[in-house]
Amino acid sequence: MNSFFSQEIPISWYLLLSAVLFSLGVAGFLIKRNLITVFMSIELMLNAVNLSFVTFAHQWHAVKGQIFVLFVMVVAAAEAAVGLAIIIAVFRARATLAVDRIDLMKL
Amino acid sequence: MNTPLHLWLIPLLPFAGFLINGILGRRLPKWLVSTVALLAPLAALGVVLNAASGLFGIGPSLSSLPYVETCPLPWINIGTLHIDFSFVLDQLSLVMLLVVSGVGFLIHVYSVGYMSREEGYARYFSYLNLFLFFMTVLVLAGNALVMFVGWEGVGLASYLLIGFWFQKNSAADAGKKAFIVNRIGDFGFLIGMFLLLANFGTLTFSEICAQLGANPGWQGGVLTVTALCLLLGAIGKSAQLPLYVWLPDAMEGPTPVSALIHAATMVTAGVYMIARTHVLFDHSPFALGTVAVIGAATAIFAATIGLVQNDIKRVLAYSTISQIGYMFLGCGVAAYSAAIFHLVTHAFFKALLFLAAGSVIHAIGGEQDLRRMGGLWRKLPVTFAVTTVGVLAIAGFPPFAGFFSKDAILYAAYLHGPSGRALWFVGVVTALLTSFYMFRLWYLAFLGKPLGEAAPHHSTPWSMLGPLLILALLSICGGWIGIERSGGWINIERFSSFLAPAVGAKAAEGGSAGLEFRMSVAAVVVAFLGWYIAHVFYQWRPSRRAEFAASLSGPYTVLANKYYVDEFYRAAVVKPLLAISTYFLGWFVEKALLGGAAWLLGGLALFTGALLQRWQSGNLRSYAAWLAAGAAAVLLFIVVPWSAFLANFGFHLNVAGH
Repeated sequence: MNSFFSQEIPISWYLLLSAVLFSLGVAGFLIKRNLITVFMSIELMLNAVNLSFVTFAHQWHAVKGQIFVLFVMVVAAAEAAVGLAIIIAVFRARATLAVDRIDLMKL
Repeated sequence: MNTPLHLWLIPLLPFAGFLINGILGRRLPKWLVSTVALLAPLAALGVVLNAASGLFGIGPSLSSLPYVETCPLPWINIGTLHIDFSFVLDQLSLVMLLVVSGVGFLIHVYSVGYMSREEGYARYFSYLNLFLFFMTVLVLAGNALVMFVGWEGVGLASYLLIGFWFQKNSAADAGKKAFIVNRIGDFGFLIGMFLLLANFGTLTFSEICAQLGANPGWQGGVLTVTALCLLLGAIGKSAQLPLYVWLPDAMEGPTPVSALIHAATMVTAGVYMIARTHVLFDHSPFALGTVAVIGAATAIFAATIGLVQNDIKRVLAYSTISQIGYMFLGCGVAAYSAAIFHLVTHAFFKALLFLAAGSVIHAIGGEQDLRRMGGLWRKLPVTFAVTTVGVLAIAGFPPFAGFFSKDAILYAAYLHGPSGRALWFVGVVTALLTSFYMFRLWYLAFLGKPLGEAAPHHSTPWSMLGPLLILALLSICGGWIGIERSGGWINIERFSSFLAPAVGAKAAEGGSAGLEFRMSVAAVVVAFLGWYIAHVFYQWRPSRRAEFAASLSGPYTVLANKYYVDEFYRAAVVKPLLAISTYFLGWFVEKALLGGAAWLLGGLALFTGALLQRWQSGNLRSYAAWLAAGAAAVLLFIVVPWSAFLANFGFHLNVAGH
């Protein structure tokens, strides 16, 4: 028990998890039609990146990676606030959140 | 002469006048415009007189000339090329400055009366001051580039003043013609300067002079080419064959402008330039001979045209061309001082004749046709008197100014080797023609029956009469500066010995006082003959004139049409140029080549745009997909070892820092 917990998880696992999360985020970003889901996919990608940042920070004993994570979280929070506001505004204007319908820029 | 002469003030004062009248003149009262316009050249004249005080026996002597004044800041400083903005005062530029600022000031005064009722009074005076600025820069220039600045500037001022009445089509066209024809000459001047730079490494006249002085054996070759290029510039500016065509048309400008720019000062800049660069011509007999031939040919050519012109200003214009031909003839026989002497006296009497003509035109309400004048002597007595003085001076009667200077040139030509006799003969025939057409003008305008309604409309104000009287005095006495009494017989070498430090003195071989005297008598006889013929034709038996013209109708028509030179230029130069411009440049180059290329490029942009616009679908998920694909591509590029992969196929990527 003790030895199980004291054993380090290999770094590749963390990275693999990060890659899987990121790919899921990309897939959701591309496939999903609902704007909120697309938005959540972006958050997923950001957190996947965060995970690889802290992994490497731990691996190389460098604190920079952790600081980066803090920055990414702050930016993500700000982005979430702005993004949600935009989504609400879009919904009020168009009464829909389907990404394919929001195509006013089309020629 | 250690006291500073402040030469820089001479050009700058008129320039200040130009700025004040040019910017504010429209809002200033007329009297203030006149005051500024007159004070500027008057102050410049004062500076010149101060510099020349040695001439009159007061102030420091002139023995320390040349006096050089250089702008403390370098003008052009590239590699081995150093050109300063330098002014030089030597005997040559001093004489020229006195003429330019003196005659210039008188003509400014005259203009106050002449232009008093014209629109654009301030504009006129600002241009006139601008001209004085550039002309003094040209005269004072210590190197060819500064001279070129003045050279171009007087061309600009000339263009502006010829086209002063720009609402009139003919005036605007005449301005353009003058400017364009002068471009041909300026091209020669520029090439000449480049050749000077290439061969001497400097444009400073004194250094070129010193280098040539150190190499007396250096003759012909590149010096001939350089001198001929400079000569082309002088021909353009001084309206000599074959570039004289602009000067008669330049008479479209106001008459004081014709007097100042197109008779007394600017058109003689070519002669001044040749005298300034005389060392080059001295080292190239061929170029010197060309100058003489062009001068003699122009003198007689223009004089023959002048015989039959009916516009009073055009007669004077052709007479100017002819007289400058004399000056070129003088330069061409290396008698530079005689040429400059004639330049000075010509400035006096030709400015006088133009201003008198202007006074006539002013008085009878703008009429310029000699055939509609006549009997004006009773109505315009002062103008008649001063014109008589001018006519006697240009015809070469002693003791008027023209006699001495023309005589000096003809004498120098006669002594100039075997070809000199031919040049002298042409000069004498020209003197006969000159005397004839000037007396023809005199008879037609002032004597005979009053014709038509040529009654004086306006009285002549004192601002116009004053300059006329002063110039008349100068036309009488102007020639006396060249003579002094020495040992019982008058010595006519005074002027040339004064100029000798600047232009060199030529030892006249085979000359003698007796020969000189005989030639003077010949010149006077010729002048009398010209008067007599004019008297017969225009006073005594006017009917003979029509008979004579009828018996020579062929040559008369040719002369009346000015040898068809304008027509020839139109057919040989203007029309082909127009055709090339319209068909080759306009249609082929502009429309086909450039238009086609622009059309092709535009079409290409439209086509690629049409292709690429499909990318901008406006669909958020499409953008997202491209973004992801791009990111994937970048990742692929970074992760996969491409360089190693491509190296298998013989490609080598040049990675920066590798």
